Amino acid sequence: MATYTMKEAKPAPSTNKGVIFWLRENLFPDVKNTLLTLAGLYFLYTILPPLLNWMIFDATWSGSKEDIVNSGARWIFIVEKFDQFIYGFYPEALHWRPNLVAIICILFVFSFKYIKSIKVKIAGIILFPIVCYILISGGVFGLETVPTEKWGGLMLTILVAAVGIVASFPIGIVLALGRQSDMPILRTLCIGFIEFVRGVPLITILFMASVLLPLFFHDGIEFDKLLRALIGITLFQAAYIAEVIRGGLQAIPKGQYEASEALGLSYWQGMILIILPQALKISIPNLVGSFISLFKDTTLVLIIGLFDILAMVTLTNSDTNWLGFEVEGYVFVTIIYWVFCFSMSQYSKSIERKFNTEH
Amino acid sequence: MSDQEFMITMKDVNKWYGDFHVLKDVNLNIKKGEKVVICGPSGSGKSTTIRCLNHLEQFQQGQIFINDTELIDDVKVVRHIRSQVGMVFQHFNLFPHLSVLENLLLAPTWVHKKPRKEAIKTAMYYLERVKIADQAHKYPNQLSGGQQQRVAIARCLCINPEIMLFDEPTSALDPEMVSEVLDVMVELADEGITMICVTHEMGFAKKVADRVIFMDAGQVIEENEPHEFFENPQSDRLKLFLDQILSH
Repeated sequence: MATYTMKEAKPAPSTNKGVIFWLRENLFPDVKNTLLTLAGLYFLYTILPPLLNWMIFDATWSGSKEDIVNSGARWIFIVEKFDQFIYGFYPEALHWRPNLVAIICILFVFSFKYIKSIKVKIAGIILFPIVCYILISGGVFGLETVPTEKWGGLMLTILVAAVGIVASFPIGIVLALGRQSDMPILRTLCIGFIEFVRGVPLITILFMASVLLPLFFHDGIEFDKLLRALIGITLFQAAYIAEVIRGGLQAIPKGQYEASEALGLSYWQGMILIILPQALKISIPNLVGSFISLFKDTTLVLIIGLFDILAMVTLTNSDTNWLGFEVEGYVFVTIIYWVFCFSMSQYSKSIERKFNTEH
Repeated sequence: MSDQEFMITMKDVNKWYGDFHVLKDVNLNIKKGEKVVICGPSGSGKSTTIRCLNHLEQFQQGQIFINDTELIDDVKVVRHIRSQVGMVFQHFNLFPHLSVLENLLLAPTWVHKKPRKEAIKTAMYYLERVKIADQAHKYPNQLSGGQQQRVAIARCLCINPEIMLFDEPTSALDPEMVSEVLDVMVELADEGITMICVTHEMGFAKKVADRVIFMDAGQVIEENEPHEFFENPQSDRLKLFLDQILSH
């Protein structure tokens, strides 16, 4: 009979780590990959220096229009028109109100996961939009009213995206659950709505909201243009969210439904406590993808006469003192969009990590 | 009526999946505190039978009484019955997004409206009982299969059920973990809870069961006390079945 003794674990061989090892393993493992690496480096070499020169080294950052001498980007245009890009036509003296909203918003998002009590969380979720609306719109507590025609720029973009995201989320959940319901009429209604909305471009829905919707109301009732756009975008987004969440719901094993039923939980208790938390967790990447595309789709409100940040590029360039600054405008707006979309994607990753219980 | 003395009564229960007749006139009377093991080849309707008892499956004909309440398709009745019947599944079905302790608190706090502190006390007591109290704050996926199944048993006990249903509780476990789960079940059996267990663990049946039931093709073929059941099977089908599972 043979017997064996337990062996100690040995450290990995030294050829298996370090910078050189990493380079050889990842950039130059064989001829084909080496060629690709070199081609990639050459591509970066041709692209990066001119881009950096234009954007940073040769750029004009401050001063007035007459100071422009270099061939680089003329960022003074952005500096000059900054307020318009951010706030649209919102009265300058009242800019502190959207600023305050932004600060509250950031504090809210980052403190949210540290709030322990569910009641405080729910109260926050309910109070937060009301406070924001009052601050931006005014009309009560002695705050001057600012009509929605004056809202614009980045402020409007974020507002439309945020309302679209926040309002469409619960509607999407209800639609997804309705689509899986045992009740035939409810199910048919939900499927009908989802498939109808998904079969129509957002532009069409916005047009319908802005042109058709007022026809259904009596002459006296004035429906705010922005509100109509928000309703259209919310319903549009809800249909997509519903499908994303349905995907998550279908990934939950039948045993989870059975266990929650067997324990005596009601349908809604089971859904809220067991099924939805898991389904939403699975859906986070797709949900955020969907939110990111909504954020970018908000530029379409331009066609019904609302001036978001992208529309501001055209608008600011129609100033006769500042003609021909489109490139700077578009680059600036691109960077803004990228920062927001990238932040959303990073935030989603941190939520995913937080909810990961597989470790 | 004889319902009074029985914890569970099934009368001529019939069930179809579409055209497929899964349960054929199943009759079953189980006394309070009785331990019953149901065995039989796969597809014989044993799981379906016990899943009818807590309304996870609906039957089309016949009657079921649980603790004097007739099981009908009514939300209140079903909830009332489920509050007395615990079920342990083959695949544990713990909730992976909740810690072990939260898994155990769910039914007591949401269904039975117990104060959280009291529920935690009860939960820790039962975790202690299944020898897993030190894992209370871990998540289910961090535990081994045997540990998960013991948590699942504790989760049922937290609602203080009159009846425990076990649906092949050891079939999904690695061989070396089967005994830790069976040990917990044996201990439970000693406490007088009514137990119905679908299992292939014949050793458990011999040791614990008051009665063993053999099902095949949706019917109860034979039932007897364990000694007679294993030593002196009457029907050919049971003989064949016992031959197949005990031959190695």
